[in-house]
Amino acid sequence: MIKGNFIDNLPKVYGIYTGGFLAFIIIMAIAEQMGMSAKAIGICFVAFTVAIYAIIGYLSRTAQADAYYVAGRQVPTVFNGMATAADWMSGASFVAMAGGIYFKGYGYMALLVGWTGGYVLVASLLAPYLRKFGCYTVPDFIGTRYGGNLARLLAVIVLTVASFTYVTAQINATGTIASVALDIPFQYAVYVGLVSILLCSMLGGMRGVTWTQVAQYIVLIIAYLLPVFWISNKIGAGFFPHFMLADEVSRIAELEAQFGFVKNSAENLKEVPKGLAGITKAHSAVNATPWAFISLALAMMMGTASLPHVMMRYFTTPSVKAARKSVGWSLFFIFLLYSSAPMLATLSKLALIDPTLPTGIIGKSVSQVQAIDWYQNWNQANLMFISDFNGNGTVELNEFFMGGKAVVLATPEIAGLPYVISGLVAAGGMAAAMSTADGLILAIANALSHDLYYKIIDPKAETAKRLVVARVLLVVIGFAGATIAAMEIQGILGSVIWAFDFAMSGLFFPLVLGVWWKRANREGAIAGMALGLISGAGYLIWVRNGGSGFLGITQLTFGIFGSAVSLVSMVVVSLITAEPNAATQKMVDEVRVPSGKSILGKQH
Amino acid sequence: MSKQAQHWEKTRGLLMVTLAIWFVFSIGIFLFGAEMNEVTGPFGYPLTYWFTCQGSLGIFVILIFWFANRQEKIDEEFGFSERGDD
Repeated sequence: MIKGNFIDNLPKVYGIYTGGFLAFIIIMAIAEQMGMSAKAIGICFVAFTVAIYAIIGYLSRTAQADAYYVAGRQVPTVFNGMATAADWMSGASFVAMAGGIYFKGYGYMALLVGWTGGYVLVASLLAPYLRKFGCYTVPDFIGTRYGGNLARLLAVIVLTVASFTYVTAQINATGTIASVALDIPFQYAVYVGLVSILLCSMLGGMRGVTWTQVAQYIVLIIAYLLPVFWISNKIGAGFFPHFMLADEVSRIAELEAQFGFVKNSAENLKEVPKGLAGITKAHSAVNATPWAFISLALAMMMGTASLPHVMMRYFTTPSVKAARKSVGWSLFFIFLLYSSAPMLATLSKLALIDPTLPTGIIGKSVSQVQAIDWYQNWNQANLMFISDFNGNGTVELNEFFMGGKAVVLATPEIAGLPYVISGLVAAGGMAAAMSTADGLILAIANALSHDLYYKIIDPKAETAKRLVVARVLLVVIGFAGATIAAMEIQGILGSVIWAFDFAMSGLFFPLVLGVWWKRANREGAIAGMALGLISGAGYLIWVRNGGSGFLGITQLTFGIFGSAVSLVSMVVVSLITAEPNAATQKMVDEVRVPSGKSILGKQH
Repeated sequence: MSKQAQHWEKTRGLLMVTLAIWFVFSIGIFLFGAEMNEVTGPFGYPLTYWFTCQGSLGIFVILIFWFANRQEKIDEEFGFSERGDD
């Protein structure tokens, strides 16, 4: 069926794969009609997709450093775009984003702008130049551009802090989905999730992760878009929701005005299970100050350009030119999901609150709502709750509560879609969380094995030994992440946002100025990384412990403070110390030109 | 001025234009979010709402492809383009 070079056959391979996946969905739909239980369908979806990823991971096994670290630098632009989109869109994007928009409206949508706008910075400031550099990891660039082990080590530390904060949230998400779909306790499900993640990356490193991420993107985008289109058609909102929901958006505003946002007393709110929220913010009106919106968007944009697991995806393209184009494709594939999230939030909200729709629950009697099947299911899962605070016997807008995850997970059921869609959504969420976790664990393990072990501790190590170290670290980091995830310390979304702030505090300016400011030197970079990370983390700890903060910088945007300190200290220290030597300056000149050999050799 | 310095000057010019457009659609317009939302935007959505859901996001996608093409032209002009294709 497949002849010749694998790379040349990619469209065919993934075309067959996509067809196979669609056929699988149809088979499951038929099985459901014939009486297959909801639970069995859920297990089939998760098990089938994870098995496919594991097979791809096995087929991509390699013993070469070049293939392990940068997938042999031969990933075509469009496919690298898909892989980056999967790498990028995590459990938070897939499961939590529509929920956030549903509850918080405009103030939350700063994340949509921030998590896409950052790619403009990636494309114009960094990706092509780091690709020209020819590095394996982000600290590899810092270490070579500025020279010296201390700069390299600091980059490894910033990378590890940011990525580790991020990865525990992703392993947590895989655990949540695995525990629901396979019906096992969360503490064990976390390790099931972890093993699935390691199956993709352990044997093939970056090569394995690349080809599984493409497969995961296809699953997650089908799983997100199919329900949005289906629900929109089913409730008669329009066959192409993105262009046709204006009436629904204004209808929600109308209903909000009609019901009003009644504030619940603290006493009443105590009854509501933890983690659930009611609708308290307008859906489409501007409900945040310009600075609150802009500061969050800005922090996410600069964080995007500093997160190593995204940056290293552009090390795998065949050329500098391809790296630039590939950023565009990445954002296009991300756009497909992000532009659908507000539509899903709109459909979900309207279906629930419009009394004229059969699914609407506001205005119905409490006992009537409590008798609905889906209400009972999701109430049991601790994701939905109603209570008759004012005792009038009907459900009011302020008496209905829901978990953020429920917008994505429960809306198909509320709108009356068959269960096969819920199974598909579980597989999609699993794919989203796994692909991001893979990218992050690999970023940390590669930095530790390449930059800490090979470059600093044992520069004479042979390739075989380096790759063994890399794989051992991969497993160790995975288990450490899973152990922390099993403790369930923080929510998914909060820790994801922190990861961006950590990354931008320590890495944004050392990376950008490394290319764009020739005068930046080692001392400056060391000061920028160390003081940026310390001040950012310090600000977070201060605000978390009751500090008032300043300039409206919150615990979600502390990176703005951290990166400002990083910029100032880097510029000041660079200027008061000697300028970089001639060899370094020449290196920067070469990085700025796309043609010619890369700075670091093919094997380094 | 050397060929390389000229190339870099043009590259920097392109960066400035790209960042200016980026700034307008990621930060600039949201300074006037409340006022802009009174206006009806494309497909009938309130304008600020539309920008946060689709407008700014779509503009970023187009901006990156436009930037990549312009930069390629600059590289070709100075003979710094890589051989082979993507």
